[in-house]
Amino acid sequence: MSNETSQLLSDTAEKLFSDHVTKNCIEEAEKGIWPDTLWNEVVDNGLNLILVPEDLGGVGGTWMNAGILFKASGRYQAPIPLAENIVAAFILSLGNISSPEGALLTLLEGAFVSENGLVSGTSPRVPFSSNSSHGVLLFEENNDLKVGLVELDKNNIEENNNIALESRGNIVLNNIKPLESNIIDCDPELIHKIGALMRSNQMAGALESILEQSVRYANERIQFGRPIGKFQAIQQDLAVLSTHVAASSVAADYASFCMDKGDPDFAIAVAKSRIDDAISIGAGIAHQVHGAIGFTYEHGLHFATRRLWSWRSEFGTGSEWSKIIGQKAISNGAEKFWPSITSGNLDI
Amino acid sequence: MPIPFNFRLTEFPEEAEVLRIEVREFLSTALADVPKETRAETWYGADEGFSRKVGERGWIGLSWPTEFGGAGRSAMERYVMLEEMLTAGAPVGAHWIADRQSGPLIIRYGTPEQQEKILPGILKGKTYFCIGMSEPDSGSDLAALRTKAEKKGDKYIVNGTKLWTSGAQRCQYMIALFRTSKEEDRHGGLSQFIVDLTLPGVTIRPIIDLAGRHHFNEVVFEDVEVSETMLVGKEGNGWNQVTAELALERSGPERYLSSYALLQELVKEFSERNDNEGVTEIGRQMAHLTTLRQMSVSVAGMLNDGDNPALEASVVKDLGAVFEQDLPNIANRLIELEPDNKGNDFQKYLAILTQISPSFSLRGGTREILRGIIARGLGLR
Repeated sequence: MSNETSQLLSDTAEKLFSDHVTKNCIEEAEKGIWPDTLWNEVVDNGLNLILVPEDLGGVGGTWMNAGILFKASGRYQAPIPLAENIVAAFILSLGNISSPEGALLTLLEGAFVSENGLVSGTSPRVPFSSNSSHGVLLFEENNDLKVGLVELDKNNIEENNNIALESRGNIVLNNIKPLESNIIDCDPELIHKIGALMRSNQMAGALESILEQSVRYANERIQFGRPIGKFQAIQQDLAVLSTHVAASSVAADYASFCMDKGDPDFAIAVAKSRIDDAISIGAGIAHQVHGAIGFTYEHGLHFATRRLWSWRSEFGTGSEWSKIIGQKAISNGAEKFWPSITSGNLDI
Repeated sequence: MPIPFNFRLTEFPEEAEVLRIEVREFLSTALADVPKETRAETWYGADEGFSRKVGERGWIGLSWPTEFGGAGRSAMERYVMLEEMLTAGAPVGAHWIADRQSGPLIIRYGTPEQQEKILPGILKGKTYFCIGMSEPDSGSDLAALRTKAEKKGDKYIVNGTKLWTSGAQRCQYMIALFRTSKEEDRHGGLSQFIVDLTLPGVTIRPIIDLAGRHHFNEVVFEDVEVSETMLVGKEGNGWNQVTAELALERSGPERYLSSYALLQELVKEFSERNDNEGVTEIGRQMAHLTTLRQMSVSVAGMLNDGDNPALEASVVKDLGAVFEQDLPNIANRLIELEPDNKGNDFQKYLAILTQISPSFSLRGGTREILRGIIARGLGLR
């Protein structure tokens, strides 16, 4: 990855999100109004195709590049499925399938099976289900693993939201013929794992946001004749928050980095587990520093904290990923504990 | 206000991974006779015979320039060597300070005469250093220190007391920070010296810690005559020299691996039990450890590149100490065994680490001081 590409991506995302992801934009989205201008800008800049190879019309970027966009979308709480579309387009590209022009993709995680070319199965709590036109899924057909693209039918969606008021409906496919499909050579758990990677990065970004908001508020809010940030009690709390923000960012980067190296399982589990702890501590501090105003709908802090409280449960909770790490570490035995950390791989 | 940290990921070069294998092979035989109690103490455990062996391998001064007798290898290679030593429980305590900071300080600020006289012994694992900073009335507030070094002819006459001096009983030298003049600015007028601890007027008294170990000392100076040739760097520049030294001290693998032995013992205990809570907790701690390591390696990379990651180093040390201190409590919660110096390995490690863990957030800058530094970085002070 060149630093130039990263800087360019970072600048583009910052500019785009700071222009378009206003408080009003997020509030409207929570009422179910689709942020058309924002999404069109994202697509016009090709951000959703960052991981698609150039020969399939994409940007051919790395996971570290994508991580920059995941993080930025979390930092701004952009109410659009940019992360999901980046990942869905990537998974399609593994099967040599291009995303259809103008499609809004989502990820269908679940056990899908195909018989006679017709796919059936259920995917619970699908991200942005009510906004999406197409779903990307992995399914089994005659013992082959395939990637498929299906058109979504509103009648097959049982709508629901997460507590951040992002659409999370259950989608049932009943003998649906995919628009396109192909045999794919990948981990059957790929959507689950990359989903965890993507959310980890977004959470790292949202944690940066709550730190920035809290520091700004502490410098502005006057009590006892001075900004509350001048009190050591507040300073110490914000320092703690910042250490967890820093750790989350590193954990997310490490997962992206290992993804680029082709050996991400351990690092993804580490990121989702570590960031879960950061949220438990960090969201609490951010709200404590903000006092009552941060507890209102009027103030924007909750756009980040409600997302953190939702996202931490998606694509495997922190505990689930911790358990996976713990089980492997214990079955490997104490002698291999340290070597697995230095190699970044639990299957040694 | 943008976030003031920049932890860019750093990868170890290939030669560091080659060195890792060499160190593991060396330790597999060199540690055979080292008792568990000593291993649990990692860099507080001292064994002069072991230090000499490390010196023979050329692993002390590994990243010092070759013109000073070092191996001239990168800071990243040194990092790998250290983390392997610490996780194996190698008793590196005797040469630790000299290798980590006294040697580099003398290379950076010392005179050729000092360098010739002292560095060879450090490299052989025979010359040991302690740090003379804290005093009875100067702990976190280091600039309040009062031990005086008054110039008289070609000597300085030193009077005062240093406290909490780790390992002084086996060291030949102390790098000491003394007050050489009274200045308006309390950070001015401080100077660093190399003090030969066998000089007349130096008294080293043990202070036994709560675990019954002789680790700390009180070092009293009564009209001690220190030659002016033992001044390190410029007179009055001590504060700047010391703060540069602290960045080296705050982010290394020793700042999160102090309780590592206990974590490994926990894995052993759980391989014989069926316990879901324990399994999840081990995974969680492994995630913390892995992340801390990436952060610490990132700081090592920045130091290697000549950057000044002082803020990032404070973040690593603060998080590292929380991690190290949590482990004995977690172990206690998960396993129904009492800390016991005569029990099984787990119980021995638990006994030692439970008792010494309060020091993890005191040594090298207290938690509150570090968080104050971070808060300043955030723009709150």
